[in-house]
Amino acid sequence: MKSAITPRNAVAGGLLIVLALLPVYASWTGNVFAMTLFTRIIIMAIAAVSLDLIMGYGGMVSFGHAAYLGIGAYAVGILWKEGIASGFLQWPVAIGASALFALIVGALSLRTRGIYFIMITLAFAQMAYYAALGMDRYGGDDGMTIRQRSQFAGLLDLNNRTLFYYLCFAILIGSIFLVSRIVNSRFGLVIRGARSNERRMRAIGFPVFRYRLVCFVIAGALCGLAGALLANHTNFVSPAMMFWTRSGDLMVYVVLGGLGTPFGPLIGTATFLLLEEGLSRVTEYSGLFLGPGLLLVALYLRGGIEGLFGGARRG
Amino acid sequence: MVESLLAIAGLTKRFGGVVASDGITLDIPHGEFHAIIGPNGAGKTTLIGLLAGEITPLSGTIKFDGNDVTGIPVHSRSKLGLARSFQITSLFPDFTALDNVALAVQAHAGHSFRFWRDALRDNSLRAPAAEALDRVGLSARADIRVNKLSHGEHRQLEIAVALATRPRMLLLDEPMAGMGPEESARMVGILRELKGSITTLLIEHDMETVFALADRITVLVYGRVIASGDPATIRADTAVREAYLGEQEATAHGTNGNG
Repeated sequence: MKSAITPRNAVAGGLLIVLALLPVYASWTGNVFAMTLFTRIIIMAIAAVSLDLIMGYGGMVSFGHAAYLGIGAYAVGILWKEGIASGFLQWPVAIGASALFALIVGALSLRTRGIYFIMITLAFAQMAYYAALGMDRYGGDDGMTIRQRSQFAGLLDLNNRTLFYYLCFAILIGSIFLVSRIVNSRFGLVIRGARSNERRMRAIGFPVFRYRLVCFVIAGALCGLAGALLANHTNFVSPAMMFWTRSGDLMVYVVLGGLGTPFGPLIGTATFLLLEEGLSRVTEYSGLFLGPGLLLVALYLRGGIEGLFGGARRG
Repeated sequence: MVESLLAIAGLTKRFGGVVASDGITLDIPHGEFHAIIGPNGAGKTTLIGLLAGEITPLSGTIKFDGNDVTGIPVHSRSKLGLARSFQITSLFPDFTALDNVALAVQAHAGHSFRFWRDALRDNSLRAPAAEALDRVGLSARADIRVNKLSHGEHRQLEIAVALATRPRMLLLDEPMAGMGPEESARMVGILRELKGSITTLLIEHDMETVFALADRITVLVYGRVIASGDPATIRADTAVREAYLGEQEATAHGTNGNG
């Protein structure tokens, strides 16, 4: 899976080349909209990569992953509002706060399985949503416009669209690489083994809970970083970012692209957001077409789009 | 006097109104190959569950190598050297045979908070795993995914996974369940190899194997120990004959194959 040029690698490679060259195309044609759309795709793909780590590889179906996106974004927004615009502070806080939230959610939810796990993660995300609704100082229901992007002491100017795009792109590549290392490490094998057969994992001597919890926290932290990027991208935070439907969207991206695959989350996110964008130009009922499409993927494409190229890898 | 490796005293477990283990007291010395027999529903698998830590007893104690392990979790018992196999095959179906065993090696090779190095190419895990596969005769099938292996191979792999944790005692729950005659013969060979090298508690329905291999046999009926002793003693025990052996002999040919 690493050496040969397989259809799967070709698709992933092609997509990466497109993403890498997009700013060139955009500046050539002056297409600012494409830049905005693709920056968004990349940021959401980072969030999807983080979700895939726990959901795809770990079998932990978290239905509250958008909470970390929101917490990361609010960390940037709240700090800005309080006069701290430095990204060197904002971003670590975004990551740290998401990790902490993941630690709390995970410590409680990972003691349960199946539908209970899904419900608890959902409940925590909804709590975060309502907490944000209640924060009048930070816009409450309406959300809050962030008038200044994170400052990196003159090293990086995030107002530069191209630079910001490539920063997000680099973080995406880094995330995919990080996750692909993790899942093949000893730690990753524990996580995957626990998805495959938790009972046997205990029987051979693994204290499964603590590994799952750490994995959950890593995923939360990474998603928090995506949230910080998102706040900088849209210059805006609002409780809607954390609403449960957003968590559902993230799950859809991952399932669509291919659970437990390195590039699946990116492929799924790009496919979904591009389709949504394209369909919204011809019809206002884009969901009417996306819905059945998803149904077909769920029914007939167990490996997601990624699984189309090179056959399903997972059992 | 020989110190027991496993000492069970007054172990009792009830499921609703059913008494699955009724004050079981049993000592298994170092190096013994001990078999537990009994009719279906005698509480044999419950006993394994209690010993492995998956089931919490109502009362009684389990001592392993002098330590009271009655209240400690499954993974800690594994760390102390108690390994089990499952009656109903319990493996990692989307991993290869070697991966399955390597994971068991990894569980006993320090903590697994190692996030970077490729564990699938870690020779310190793969080599001992290959060795355990070799012990059960599965070397040639190392790179085959578990869901592509036969039932007999699953049973062999069960043993290899348990062995790979370098246990001081094996708890084998019907390793020959559902096997054909050829596979059974191979499994008996594997068990014979284990005998003498590792203390073993074996649950098995195949009387021929049990009487041929066991140093001592304990007979469970309705959760109670009705007899315990060497094969000759058990064979001669009238209570055992009445409660179990006669019936077993009568149905031995009919039950072959359904575990």
